[in-house]
Amino acid sequence: MIVKENPPLAIQPAAHRPLLAQAFAHPLFRPVAALAVLLLIDFLLIPGFFRLEIKDGHLYGSLVDIVNRAAPLMLAAIGMTLVIATRGIDISVGAVVALSGTVASMLIGGTMVMQDGVPVYVADTPMLVALAAAMGAALLCGLWNGALVAGLGLQPIVATLILMVAGRGLAQLLTDGQIVTVYYQPFFFLGSGYLLGLPFALFVVAAVFVVTALLLRHTALGLFIQAVGINPTAARLAGIRTAALIVFVYVFAAACAGMAGLMISSNVKSADANNAGLMLELDAILAVTLGGTSLAGGKFSLAGSIIGALIIQTLTYTIYSLGVPPEVNMVVKAVVVFLVCISQSDQFKSLWKRRAA
Amino acid sequence: MLASTTAVPVLDVTGIHKQFPGVKALTDAGLRLYPGEVHTLMGQNGAGKSTLIKVLTGVYQPERGAIRLAGEAIAPRSTQHAQELGISTVYQEVNLCPNLSVAENIFIGRYPRRFGMIDWRRMRRDAAELLTRLQVNIDVSKPLASYPLAIQQMVAIARALSISAKVLILDEPTSSLDEAEVQLLFSVLRSLRDGGMAILFVTHFIDQTYAISDRITVMRNGEREGEYLCGDLSRLALVNKMIGVAADTQEQAPTCMAQGAAAGPTFLRTRALARRGVLQPLDLEVKQGELLGLAGLLGSGRTETARLLFGADKADSGAIEIDGARRSFATPRDAIAHGIGFCSEDRKHEGAILDLSVRENLILALQARQGLLRAIPLRRQQELATHYVKQLGIKTASIETPIGTLSGGNQQKVLLARWLATRPKLMILDEPTRGIDVRAKQEIMDYVTKLCRKGMSILFISSELPEVLRVSDRIVVMRDRKACGEYQRGELDDSAVLHVIAGEGSQ
Repeated sequence: MIVKENPPLAIQPAAHRPLLAQAFAHPLFRPVAALAVLLLIDFLLIPGFFRLEIKDGHLYGSLVDIVNRAAPLMLAAIGMTLVIATRGIDISVGAVVALSGTVASMLIGGTMVMQDGVPVYVADTPMLVALAAAMGAALLCGLWNGALVAGLGLQPIVATLILMVAGRGLAQLLTDGQIVTVYYQPFFFLGSGYLLGLPFALFVVAAVFVVTALLLRHTALGLFIQAVGINPTAARLAGIRTAALIVFVYVFAAACAGMAGLMISSNVKSADANNAGLMLELDAILAVTLGGTSLAGGKFSLAGSIIGALIIQTLTYTIYSLGVPPEVNMVVKAVVVFLVCISQSDQFKSLWKRRAA
Repeated sequence: MLASTTAVPVLDVTGIHKQFPGVKALTDAGLRLYPGEVHTLMGQNGAGKSTLIKVLTGVYQPERGAIRLAGEAIAPRSTQHAQELGISTVYQEVNLCPNLSVAENIFIGRYPRRFGMIDWRRMRRDAAELLTRLQVNIDVSKPLASYPLAIQQMVAIARALSISAKVLILDEPTSSLDEAEVQLLFSVLRSLRDGGMAILFVTHFIDQTYAISDRITVMRNGEREGEYLCGDLSRLALVNKMIGVAADTQEQAPTCMAQGAAAGPTFLRTRALARRGVLQPLDLEVKQGELLGLAGLLGSGRTETARLLFGADKADSGAIEIDGARRSFATPRDAIAHGIGFCSEDRKHEGAILDLSVRENLILALQARQGLLRAIPLRRQQELATHYVKQLGIKTASIETPIGTLSGGNQQKVLLARWLATRPKLMILDEPTRGIDVRAKQEIMDYVTKLCRKGMSILFISSELPEVLRVSDRIVVMRDRKACGEYQRGELDDSAVLHVIAGEGSQ
């Protein structure tokens, strides 16, 4: 049987297409448009939404507040993006957040000593050691996830479900289910300090984003992750170390979650093993999806995920500012998720086209 | 035994037409099954065997044609419906529930009941009885997964029998069984046949066909080529009819001899390389600058050999030597590190990464070998891609076009280029010309032979015999998972190679 050759699909060079069409076709168009619509609503309904002012050398305003509060979510979303791009998923993010915050808080603790008649708080363990221990715990969590997925071939959702339960359980065990309070000033800088007038957390997020983007651009990481996500069999046959790559993305995601955990616990000056990072994994997955990365793996957008995280935080902010009762928050979020998922569904698209035709 | 020529067929299928978008799968296909017979359905890959089976079992509905079971016209709507009518099928991959007990598997959906409750005792007793009839004595309360595949297949057959099947279809049942298990299966089939059942056996193993069949139907290009009594059809004639050589040799394109290049020293040698149920111990030698053809029918062990050589599958025993040194390949990476490239026969699932661009697909293997950290500069990637697009005449809008939008032949060229970019010493090409048009085929083969003359070794696997004969310096013929002959260029012609493939050459 001779299969007829199809003529190669004629694709016009991008330069010849009108600018607007190009913008529409850009993968980031939808997330950016969604964020813009939300901001527009805020501009119309919330007086002074865009107002920024400098008080005590710090920049204040709703926008700063949104971005600052979205910081842990943005970190988690960066890690989640790479996991999802390999066809995986990591639902243990919240547990890792709780664990890293707990480890750091317990080690730092803080005791009051009198120095020259002034009360001063000192850390139980040097802060850098405590932070390293917390990150070490997070990395171990990632290794565990990666080993289950790549080594034992467990389904990612099941593999990370184990840690989702065990990680938070371990954190609760360490703290006896109590909230651990930290009394050590320098630790608070991470979550609520300011640098050059901007929240320090933003610099952390920016650094992680830039480092990740550079890694993806200047090594073959991005190419390999996409290849594994689109066709793992072919990727392995082309000589890619698929197992090592999968372990790496879970370790990376856990490292991001660990940093988010430090940030959260520094921000609230304590570790709450029961509630810290609760459901953060779901928001992270949502952020990645909103950013235009398909849960089926393959092509991904790091910037999209950041925008996705901002959409979620803006939505929350809007709901609160408009005086909508907090109990409605979840429902509104659900509606947004539903709309986004529908807009990504092929079946829905073809249904739409058929109706239009 | 074959008095049934005068008997009435229990299943009579005539004039089946089935079309898929762009492909005519069956044209006027037919089949007659007599009670008390094992009937083998043979044909090459793509001949329409599976489609016909799926029509019989209600998976597909044909556009035209009639199926008569015991004289009555039927139109199976689903596998379940076909089963109710009396056509049961056992598939190559046992599709039972491995976590349920053997007895539950046999009676799933039809549990015997007593006072509205499942009668477990009776179910176990009946299951054991059914299996005893198949000469299988096992504990039926244990989960199916605790038994080897051959037993699982027996359980599948027992299930088919318990639905009081008139016709039993076995679709490639032996492809994952070892020799002893095949014999067990055959003795069961014989006793069922003697009990009056009509059995349709689908396989591509010629030896097995002759060991078990009473009658053979050969399919080619979606049609019934003919129906023969097993004793009337020589192996050679069978292979001839399956392949349709007479037709194929006519399309023989201009020759492109790879001759001239004196074979160099041995590059790769296998010593009793084997994998259970996949390949019998194999000794193979590939010389530097040699184009070695692997001929044989589908399932003869050609692809399996390639996968073992490339580390895609792991060998159970035996060794691979590269330039005289023993190596073991646990993953494709190991093989790539020793200068081996592999174009899989399954372009879509094992080759192309459809959403990625031509450029990305092309540099993938080279980049993988260089490692993650040493990214190939974009400029160099573009050079490589442009170079090979020109060299191989790849038709693509640009090197940034997703490979999935290219035609099959052009995708194949990109995948070939993916390996050429790594400058391999041995290139394994498994069906590199399948499903692509004649011109692209010729271009690919021309290019390959040119490379060979420049010193690259090539292991060429193809179902198209004229092609293998034309380009190979040496040919190893495989049959039933082992090598059964080795020939230099010119020692074989079309009919001689058929003899070997059919297993008559040595007789």
